[in-house]
Amino acid sequence: MELDLPTYYQQYGTVLALIIAGIVLVAAAFGLNRLFRPDMKYGGKLSTYECGLDPVGTGWSQTHIRYYLFAFMFVVFDVETLFIFPWAVFLGNAGNAAPRFMLGTMLVFLFFVSITLPYEWKKGVLKWV
Amino acid sequence: MEPGLLDFPSLGLSIAVKLLIMVGFFLTAPLVAGYMEHKVLAHQQDRLGPMEAGIGPIKHGVGQLVADGAKFIQKEDIVPTAADKWVFSLAPGVALVPALVVMLVLPLGPGLFGENLGAGVFFALAVSSVSVLGVLMAAWSSANKYSLMGGIRAAAQLIAYELPLVLGAAAVVLQAGTLSLVSIVEAQADFRIFGLLPMWFVLPHAIGFLLFFVASLAELNRPPFDMPIADSEIIFGHMTEYTGIKYAFFMLAEYAGMVVLSAIATVLFLGGWYVLPGVTVPELINWVVAFFGAGPFEFHPVVAGLLGVGVTMGKIFTLVFVMVWFRATFPRLREDQLQRMSWLILIPLGLLNIVVIAIAKVLA
Repeated sequence: MELDLPTYYQQYGTVLALIIAGIVLVAAAFGLNRLFRPDMKYGGKLSTYECGLDPVGTGWSQTHIRYYLFAFMFVVFDVETLFIFPWAVFLGNAGNAAPRFMLGTMLVFLFFVSITLPYEWKKGVLKWV
Repeated sequence: MEPGLLDFPSLGLSIAVKLLIMVGFFLTAPLVAGYMEHKVLAHQQDRLGPMEAGIGPIKHGVGQLVADGAKFIQKEDIVPTAADKWVFSLAPGVALVPALVVMLVLPLGPGLFGENLGAGVFFALAVSSVSVLGVLMAAWSSANKYSLMGGIRAAAQLIAYELPLVLGAAAVVLQAGTLSLVSIVEAQADFRIFGLLPMWFVLPHAIGFLLFFVASLAELNRPPFDMPIADSEIIFGHMTEYTGIKYAFFMLAEYAGMVVLSAIATVLFLGGWYVLPGVTVPELINWVVAFFGAGPFEFHPVVAGLLGVGVTMGKIFTLVFVMVWFRATFPRLREDQLQRMSWLILIPLGLLNIVVIAIAKVLA
């Protein structure tokens, strides 16, 4: 399949135009809001909401990120799915000379990536505490 | 690539028409989804929901969301003093714009699509997950403990459920051998189970469809996966500090997201604009009239396209209905249950699904 460059640029040009249209739409709505809204601000109204009490400490307080290890696993598996897409497109392609070889290599790859899941489970990483 | 019905000889004209249609679709379809949420949820809970606001003589609350919009426009813009003002104000836009951009690649009828991108599936999945960035921006910039907690939950949910979503779609890509959304719909028209029975991908890819649908609920923070905005625990998550038009944008982004992800599911699994597996609406009409002895009719491509759009819309809003139905049915999961379900059930299932489909594809 050959890449048709003029069509390619034209298509993504439309994408860009739509992104700009979206930004204009949001800006227009904010502008309209500016025209119609009242402006009566005072201290209590602008304070951080904390169930009606005065907020304690800062809102950017430290919290325990329990999913830190999950985030690493996510990166591993997300890169893996990125590998799957081009492979998936060409596996069933009529011009594919060695589909079984392609399947075999992917099975080996998937095996080595997926073996991490039971390992992590055994290590207790997948527990959310 | 075949040019669609919206591709005119003049580049400027075709871009203008496409933008106009996409923006129009973007401003109406989420309202229909929102109205469905109001009314379906109300009736499933044995109440009436909005009844008064109407458009002209049609009442039953059809104008409720339009009235809400008019109200939101007039509301005071409150940014808490503690908040990061720029990020706080940009976040609703970041959540909203991706939903609009994805609509460009969704094929709604034969020949009726914005752009038939060569990497359509990839583009749709990538752009639709940008919305979560808006949620994270809102959560962090609010400088509110509940918002921050909601944001951390949203991030955890994204991490866990992005994979089942992509794996479910990858199996369809494998089956169809293309990333173009239009070609995937066409591939479903040619697909036969065991070379005999025409069927959409939803049957051979039942697992993939299940993964995709469950993961899209999680991606949209829809019940039973609405821990990021769990109102009984953390007020309203990342939207706690938002009022007026900015809050309205987050709600619009949610409904637009429902429409977009239902549309992607429709295209990938439910045969797009085909009313029956491998049968378009004009073909069906001609079958019926041939049964009564009348001759086959010729359909103008635009008419055929619009009939296809009707079918696609029907499928999209059926899925939206199911999403609302889920909200009325299932209680909220707990955060650890959500993580466990994804990593121990959905992701292994998705990988297994791909392996099985690949083996079947190569051996066939």
